[in-house]
Amino acid sequence: MSTENRKTGGSLFTPGNIIAGIILAAGIVVTIMRFTLGLGSVTNLSDNNPWGIWIGFDLLCGVALAAGGYTTSAACYIFGFKKFHPGVRPAILTAFLGYALVVFALHYDVGRPWRLVYPIFYQQGTTSILFEVGLCVFIYLTVLFLESLPAALEWKGGFDKYRGILVKLTMGLTILGVILSTLHQSSLGALYLIAPSKLHPLWYTPYLPLMFFLSSMFAGLSMVISEGMLSHKNFHHMMDAEYNAGYENLQLAFAKGAAWIMAGYLAMKLLGLAMDNRWHYLFTGYGAWWLFEVIGFVALPCYCYAVGYRDRNLRLVRIAGPWTVLGIVLNRFNISLVAFNWQLPSADRYFPSLGEIIISVFVVTIGVLAFRFIVTRMPIFFVHPAYKDSSH
Amino acid sequence: MKRRHFLGLLGATGLSLTAGVSKARASSAADVTGLPNVGGVLFDATRCIGCRKCEAACNQVNELPKPAKPFDDLTVLETRRRTDAKTYTVVNKYLPEAGKPPVFRKIQCNHCLEPACASACFVHAFKKTESGAVVYDPSVCVGCRYCIVACPFNIPTYEYDKALTPRVMKCTMCYPRLLEGKLPGCVEACPKEALVFGKRRELLNIAWDRIGANPGRYVEHVYGEREMGGTSWIYMAPKPSFAALGMDEHLGTASAPELTSGALAAVPAVAGVWPVLLTGLYAISKRKEKIAEEEKKAAVEAAIAKASADAEAKLAEELGKAEVANKRRIEVEVKKALEAAAKQAEGGEDA
Repeated sequence: MSTENRKTGGSLFTPGNIIAGIILAAGIVVTIMRFTLGLGSVTNLSDNNPWGIWIGFDLLCGVALAAGGYTTSAACYIFGFKKFHPGVRPAILTAFLGYALVVFALHYDVGRPWRLVYPIFYQQGTTSILFEVGLCVFIYLTVLFLESLPAALEWKGGFDKYRGILVKLTMGLTILGVILSTLHQSSLGALYLIAPSKLHPLWYTPYLPLMFFLSSMFAGLSMVISEGMLSHKNFHHMMDAEYNAGYENLQLAFAKGAAWIMAGYLAMKLLGLAMDNRWHYLFTGYGAWWLFEVIGFVALPCYCYAVGYRDRNLRLVRIAGPWTVLGIVLNRFNISLVAFNWQLPSADRYFPSLGEIIISVFVVTIGVLAFRFIVTRMPIFFVHPAYKDSSH
Repeated sequence: MKRRHFLGLLGATGLSLTAGVSKARASSAADVTGLPNVGGVLFDATRCIGCRKCEAACNQVNELPKPAKPFDDLTVLETRRRTDAKTYTVVNKYLPEAGKPPVFRKIQCNHCLEPACASACFVHAFKKTESGAVVYDPSVCVGCRYCIVACPFNIPTYEYDKALTPRVMKCTMCYPRLLEGKLPGCVEACPKEALVFGKRRELLNIAWDRIGANPGRYVEHVYGEREMGGTSWIYMAPKPSFAALGMDEHLGTASAPELTSGALAAVPAVAGVWPVLLTGLYAISKRKEKIAEEEKKAAVEAAIAKASADAEAKLAEELGKAEVANKRRIEVEVKKALEAAAKQAEGGEDA
């Protein structure tokens, strides 16, 4: 946690920084095109395919993968797993940045971004699932901001009064976060309930909201495991003894939790097929793809998590983590892009344009840079010396 | 006066009286039985000749940009088209049965009774009006395009080429004209009465009368009577099927709001139950901690108490032992003294 390591880094022109710079420059070019020439100039969106990867990846995956915030804080503060405490701040920070970037990316996707507050403050379309999503994301982003704020206040110093108030709110914010996450994580799946004629029957089920909620839980747990690995590689010097002591236990415990939830999710996937007797679709091309997703990216990583926990095999757990994250991305892509509009002729199907991919990579890069900026300065991986006795 | 015009005017007059004051409808389950006098249009594919006069009229009355090929160029019918931001309606050509003449179908907004677009819109930009028209308000539209995702008929389109003022574009059933007592542009232009405007329930009667009067000519189904909860624009098709005209026959009868009402109903349940459950869980984990703490404390106290009791007992025992030893020592000393005294006395006597 000393700052010497960072300062002795020297030149700004490291390979990572150069790549990040190129991505940022490309992103700025596409941004200018998007807001001067319109969506049509940089995207492959069409009247048949109004939602592309800016929704399928930036929104659906972004929100699911930011679920580590509510899962970790709930485990620590509500369910009493106090030993997870060192994991809470990195998870909350990842979640806050994730949601902030989801909202940022939406400004590219919607036609008139300056009206994004209309559904909340001007005219409410209460019959819309998207209204529920928007309202929850808006409030939850505020909650995550408040939950992240103590770290920033400790860093700057001299705000003990406000920090104290926020710390007292921890329990309330955590419960609010779980409620809001339950609602909007599931609602992202519920968005597709309105289009049974467009989504392939293997993916369309009335359980979609529940499946999105369940999968967000193991997505969050897996993100905490994966993010921890990356952070250890890059920010080890920022971590204190308490964080390092709890790190492996946290990964094992999260592996166990994820294995159980994934098993439940698998059962629900099968129930969804059984309920509407859709087994025969398994023997089609889409069926093979569905099995690829469900067996290859849910059942197998679930098994790895379970075995990894049983044998205390951290290596296996750390393989299953990123694997599960990939599975979540695959699932959200399948629902929003691959299995959506499945009946349209291939000429009318969607494939992302270079501009769309650049913006998505641009957004992720901003997230990584912001994360790096914050964890190398604020007390995220370590307890600030002045607040050793605090329970926050 | 032609029957079509008569019905149309009848409908439009009635509507112009009510449309001004009628409150626009939200699409909630409460409205399912609403709008008994809702307007609509009946399309009879057996009458359509694919002349594209409706397309031309639509383009003109809605002041849409002129297309590259003129409307009297019928070669465009050879390609399958859909609505776009510059075209509210298109006529497509289908060949349902080999060797038989083609059949044409006009595509435009079906003006659902419970519109998916209105249900999906998070700023309430779409409204189902008493006239039958589903209208859109661009002044609130954020441009999320969830309406386009939601529409089961692939109708709404978007102005992707506008940087700052893109709008959702779709047929309005010529709502401004309806308010003036005029017919929709396409209905007025149709030379074959393939389109009839009127009250929806009367149009349904006409449709079923035609089916009854021409056995074998029509598919015995009025498309839009029940599809997705019913539409204002309803269709009749020649045999063999609506699917042969590119229409989805598996949409089901559930309206869009019915599809999402369950998920929306879960909101208050989650918001109500979660805080109670979570606070309960928190209390349980807290209590477990507290009990564990208390038990630990009690155990420590008991251990201390036992240790001190043991120590006291031992002390008492030791003290007792010490007393006995002392007594004995005193006794021995006394005995010794007595013996010494006795010896002295004996010696004295001897001396």
